[in-house]
Amino acid sequence: MRTGNSLWLLTKKALTGALIGVTISDRYVTLSPVRGSSMHPTFTGSSTSFPGSLKGDVVLVERFCLQKYKFSHGDVIIFRSPTNQKQMFVKRLIALPGDWIQVPESSEILQIQEGHCWVEGDNPASSLDSRSFGPDSLCMLSEPNLIHSVYCQPVLM
Amino acid sequence: MAVGSRAAVWLASAAQRFGSVPWRDISAEAVDRTLLVIKAVCFAHVINSYVVSLIQVRGPSMLPTMNLTGDIIAVDRVTARRGTVAVGDVVLFRSPENPRRAITKRVLGLEGDAITYLVDPHKGDASKTVVVPNGHAWVQGDNIYDSRDSRHFGPVPYGLIQGRVFYRVWPPEGFGFIGQKATSL
Repeated sequence: MRTGNSLWLLTKKALTGALIGVTISDRYVTLSPVRGSSMHPTFTGSSTSFPGSLKGDVVLVERFCLQKYKFSHGDVIIFRSPTNQKQMFVKRLIALPGDWIQVPESSEILQIQEGHCWVEGDNPASSLDSRSFGPDSLCMLSEPNLIHSVYCQPVLM
Repeated sequence: MAVGSRAAVWLASAAQRFGSVPWRDISAEAVDRTLLVIKAVCFAHVINSYVVSLIQVRGPSMLPTMNLTGDIIAVDRVTARRGTVAVGDVVLFRSPENPRRAITKRVLGLEGDAITYLVDPHKGDASKTVVVPNGHAWVQGDNIYDSRDSRHFGPVPYGLIQGRVFYRVWPPEGFGFIGQKATSL
């Protein structure tokens, strides 16, 4: 009976801790591993399998910017891919709504519409970003709860 | 002198009353209450974001399914996260034109579907057909005459969909499920 009681207490504490952890991670700050090499040399990615992902950069991501949706040029953001909702990308914000940009490696000039933005990876050779989502399907700035500013760089090496 | 000694006596008795207040108990109880409030807030946040939430909707774009003036509806968040939104569901999603607004419309097509829609119902029968790209959904309001939807801002990426509307809670006359077809109260 006593072990049952202590097990119940342990479960309650674990649940409370999980609830608080999830809330903080959704609203304030969270940690995220980086994969792939599209942001080299700013972040060095790692392989996608579990032991491998500990060797890549882990970044601290802050979510306060989601309250007002105010971003600046040059912010590195994490967002959900427009083509595959289960995948998250880390890229740098190059242009905000209302800006005019020239699409790199082509002579097209376009204006970013309201609610959209243009992102590019620091390593253009291997980066799937706004250049490949196509000139019309720009990354949606409005990706919900998913855009966070990467605040500080490698936490774990 | 009498004033001075009276003040001293008053100070002494005040100090004694101060000392006899059970500060440790009070602070322990304050911490307990604060923790309880924090736990309640976290619980509410988790339920609101991951299970079900209540939203008020307004506007003419979903008539006759939803009223012009404020209905309160229950939005299920599990379906959107798992990606099992189906054609005919009314969904709540973040507006692609203004990230701080959430809007409700009905899903008429998922990726790969070919959608034929009336370009401008006020001005004749011209229609266009479009194929919904991968990872996107085509949404339209039930009231096509007064709705700003995918016909204006294009297909919406799945990532913007926040939940599926499944029940109307207020007004009480309309209490009930919101189904796959546009129906009145």
